[in-house]
Amino acid sequence: MDRFPFRPGFVRNISPAVLNLQRVYEQNRQRITKKDVGSVPDVAAPQTKGTPRLLLMGQRRSGKSSISSVVFHKLPPSETLYLESTARIQKDSLNSFMDVQIWDFPGQIDVFENPNITFDIDAIFGEIGALIWVIDAQDDYLESVAQLNNTILHIQRSYPHINVEVFIHKVDGLSDDYKLDIQRDITIRIQDELSDEGIENAPVNFHLTSIYNHSIFEAFSKVIQKLIPRLGQLEAMLTNLCRTCRFEKAYLFDVNTKIYIATDSTPEDMASYEICSDFVDVVIDFTEVYGSWPRTQSWRARLEGEPWSQPVEDQVACELAEAGMVLSDAQRPIMLREVDRFLALVAIMKEGSYEKMPQINLNVDVVVKGLTEFFDITKPKEVKAAAVVEGRKGQGS
Amino acid sequence: MSDLDGNSSAPAGDAFGQTQTLKKVKKQKVLLMGKSGSGKSSMRSIIFSNFLARDTRRRGATIDIDLSHVKFLGNLTLNLWDCGGQEAFMENYLSQQRAHVFSNVGVLIYVFDIESRGDVERDLATYVNIISALVQYSREAKVFVLVHKMDLIQPAMREAVFDQRVALVRRKTAEAVSIVRKQKPDASAHPQSPPFPSTQIPDVDLDMQLFATSIWDQSLYKAWASIIHDLVPNLAVIETQLASLGVAIDADEILLFERTSFLVVSKWSSREGERNPYGDRFERMSNILKSWKHTCSKFTGTPRNAEQFSDFEYKMGPNFAMFATKFTTNTYILVCMPPGEARFNSAKLNVAAARPWFRFLDGPPVPMSSSSQMLAGGGYGSEAAGGSES
Ligand SMILES: Nc1nc2c(ncn2[C@@H]2O[C@H](COP(=O)(O)OP(=O)(O)OP(=O)(O)O)[C@@H](O)[C@H]2O)c(=O)[nH]1
Ligand SMILES: Nc1nc2c(ncn2[C@@H]2O[C@H](COP(=O)(O)OP(=O)(O)OP(=O)(O)O)[C@@H](O)[C@H]2O)c(=O)[nH]1
Ligand SMILES: [Mg+2]
Ligand SMILES: [Mg+2]
Repeated sequence: MDRFPFRPGFVRNISPAVLNLQRVYEQNRQRITKKDVGSVPDVAAPQTKGTPRLLLMGQRRSGKSSISSVVFHKLPPSETLYLESTARIQKDSLNSFMDVQIWDFPGQIDVFENPNITFDIDAIFGEIGALIWVIDAQDDYLESVAQLNNTILHIQRSYPHINVEVFIHKVDGLSDDYKLDIQRDITIRIQDELSDEGIENAPVNFHLTSIYNHSIFEAFSKVIQKLIPRLGQLEAMLTNLCRTCRFEKAYLFDVNTKIYIATDSTPEDMASYEICSDFVDVVIDFTEVYGSWPRTQSWRARLEGEPWSQPVEDQVACELAEAGMVLSDAQRPIMLREVDRFLALVAIMKEGSYEKMPQINLNVDVVVKGLTEFFDITKPKEVKAAAVVEGRKGQGS
Repeated sequence: MSDLDGNSSAPAGDAFGQTQTLKKVKKQKVLLMGKSGSGKSSMRSIIFSNFLARDTRRRGATIDIDLSHVKFLGNLTLNLWDCGGQEAFMENYLSQQRAHVFSNVGVLIYVFDIESRGDVERDLATYVNIISALVQYSREAKVFVLVHKMDLIQPAMREAVFDQRVALVRRKTAEAVSIVRKQKPDASAHPQSPPFPSTQIPDVDLDMQLFATSIWDQSLYKAWASIIHDLVPNLAVIETQLASLGVAIDADEILLFERTSFLVVSKWSSREGERNPYGDRFERMSNILKSWKHTCSKFTGTPRNAEQFSDFEYKMGPNFAMFATKFTTNTYILVCMPPGEARFNSAKLNVAAARPWFRFLDGPPVPMSSSSQMLAGGGYGSEAAGGSES
C-alpha cells in the first residue's frame, strides 16, 4: 500500500508505559464484561473473529469498482469512466488502524441464483462486516431492488447480524426532492417485501452517495464506524476535547481514505465534515510534495551546526505533524494533529481561539496520547485472519 | 503553533495603494480563440473568477467577443478578449473586424479541443488563418496553443496524442508564418496553406509554446502560469527580492501567488529545495490552494472571489515546516522551511517585515533603492536574519 503519500514522515512511537497500560486495561475490561453479563447483548458489535470484510454487490455498472477505487485508491472520480467491468471478485484490503477487507463483486453474477457455479456462501458471508448493495439511482432500479430483497432473504436465515448498507448511488445531478423520493420508494419496496416474509427490523440502512462529492466518504465512515469496537469510548474522548478546548466539532480521520472513524456528540454536519476532510487533503498534498523525499546530509549538518548546535529533532516543539489554518471569515481556525501513522485529529475551533493555541495544544497532546493508547489496545491480533482468507481464495468465478 | 502576528490581517499596503496613478499601469491585450465549445470561457472563469470545473458544464456559447479587464497584481491589467468560436463569428474576426481584433495583441491563446472528432482539419485551417492575421497585425505577439480536454483521452494515450498534435500544429504554424512573411501586409485573402515545399525552411521566429490542458486537473495552472509569467512587470526585481528574502530567513522554497487566480507569479528555491523531485509542484500548489478556497467559500457562505483564508501553518515534526499567508494586497506567499521552532518563528516575523519590499506589487513601481536594508535592519530573531545576503 505504498501508493499512499501520507506515510513517509508519520513515525510511530510506542512507549513501554503503553504496554503496561494495556495490561491494566485488559483487566478492567474483563471486570466490566463480567458485570455486564445479565444485560442485553450488544447486537451492533461485530461478530467476526478475523478481519472484517465489506462486500460490494449490485448490478453491472452500478458503480462498485468506482467506489472502491475512489475511496481506497484515490482514483480521481472522472477517471472511473475508464474502469473495465469486473470479471472476478476483486479482493482488496485496507491496512489502517483496523484491517478491513473489501471484496468487489462482478455485477453480472448473482451468488444465490447462479446456474453455473455454486458459491461457498459461508466463505463469502462468514467473516462479513457489512454487505454494501449499490443501486444506480440514474437507472431503472426495480430489478436491483428485487435482487437485493432476494439476497437479504437468503442471508437473514444464516447470518441475521449482517448489516446491509444500501448505497443509492450516482445521485449527483439529481435534485434533492428526487433523491428523497427515490430513497423513500426503495425503502418501502424493501421493507414491504421483508415483512411479507415475516422479517421485521432487519439491519438495513440507506445512504445517498456519489463519487463526485463527499457523500461516498461519509457513507463509508458510517459503515466502518459500526465495525469499531468500543466506538462510544472514542466518541466520549472527542466530546470531552471539544468541551475543554471549546471546539465546534472534532473528527478522528483515517488519513489515507478520509473516512472519519469517530466524531464528538454534537449533531452531524456535512459541511463540517467536508471542510475537515478537505483540510486533510491539503495537508496530505503538502506532505507529499515537501515531506516525502530525503534531504542531504549537508543540509542537516548546517541546520544542526552553529548557532543551533542541536539535532533537528530537539529543535521542533512537536514531533507529530501539526497544522492550523485560519479562515478569514470570523478568523475561525481549523487544526489538525497527527495521532499515529494512520490517524489524525481534525477540529474546527471557535472564533478567535487561535490566541489560546498553546493551551489548546496541551489538551490536544493529552487526547492524542489517549487515542494512541486506545488503538494500541484495541488493535486486533491479526494473526490467523490472513491465513483464513488465503485458504478460501479462488471461489470468485 | 505560535500566535499570529496581530497585524497580518490588516489590509496591508493600502497606504501605498493610494499613491497609484503615478505611473502607467501596464495593459496587455490577450486574445482567447478556438472553436466553439473548445473550453475557452470555461478556463477563463476557472482561473480568474474561481468557478469550479463542474460549474462550467452549463455555460452557453459566447456571443461575439466577451471583453473583460482582469486586474492582475497592482500594475498589470489583462484585457481578455474571449472570442466566441462559432464559425460566423470567426469569419467576422478574420474579415470585417480583422484590424480591430488582431492589432496590438500581446498574447494569443488558441485552444484546440482534442476530442473534436472529424473537425480537426477545419479547426487547423481556422487556426492557420488566425495565425496569419496575427502575424500580419501583431508581429511581436506571443502564441500559446492549448491542446485542451486531455482528460477525455485515455491516460495511456495522452502523451502520444499530444505529441502528434504538437507536431501538426508546429508544421501548420510554420507554413502560415512563411506565407504571410512573403506577402504584402495588406494581403486580403485568408491564405489557404498549400503543402509545404520541403526544400524551403521558413524562418519561424514566432514565439510559441504548447501545453496539454484540462480543466479537471492542475495542467491548466501550469499553462496559465506560463502565460502570465512573461507579462508581469518588474519580474526581475521580484525574483531578486524573493531570493534575498529566502536566503535571509533560511528558507528552502518560496512561492508568490496572485491572490485571486492563485497562479504562481514567482518562485525561489534553495539548493536543497531544488532537489525536490516533484517538478509539477508549482501548478499543484495553485490547484490545492484554489480548491481549498472553494471549500472555505462553501463552508463560510462567502462569495467565491472573497478572501478565504489568512494564514496556514504546517509543521511536519523533524521533516519540514511551512506557512502560507496573505502577503501584499494582491499576493499570498508560501514559505517552506527546514524544521525548527525558532527558525520558523523568526521566518514568519521576517516575512511580515519584508512586506514593504513588495508593496510595488500592489501599485505602480516605487524606487527600490532603500529596500536591500530592510531585512537586516528588521531586528527580529538575530539568528535567522544573520544569513548573508548576496
Ligand atoms: N454520475 C456518476 N457516475 C458514476 C458514479 N459512480 C460510478 N459511476 C460511473 O458508472 C460507470 C460504471 O462503474 P463501475 O464502477 O465500473 O461499475 P461496477 O458496478 O463495478 O460494474 P461491474 O464491474 O460491471 O459490475 C462508470 O462509467 C463510472 O464512471 C457516480 O457516483 N456518479
Ligand atoms: N471534458 C472536458 N470538458 C471541458 C474542458 N474544458 C471545458 N469543457 C467543457 O466544454 C464545454 C464548452 O465550454 P465553453 O468554455 O463554453 O466553450 P467556449 O470555447 O467558450 O465556446 P464558445 O464560447 O462557443 O466559443 C463546457 O461544457 C465545458 O464544461 C476540459 O478540459 N475537459
Ligand atoms: Mg466492477
Ligand atoms: Mg465561450
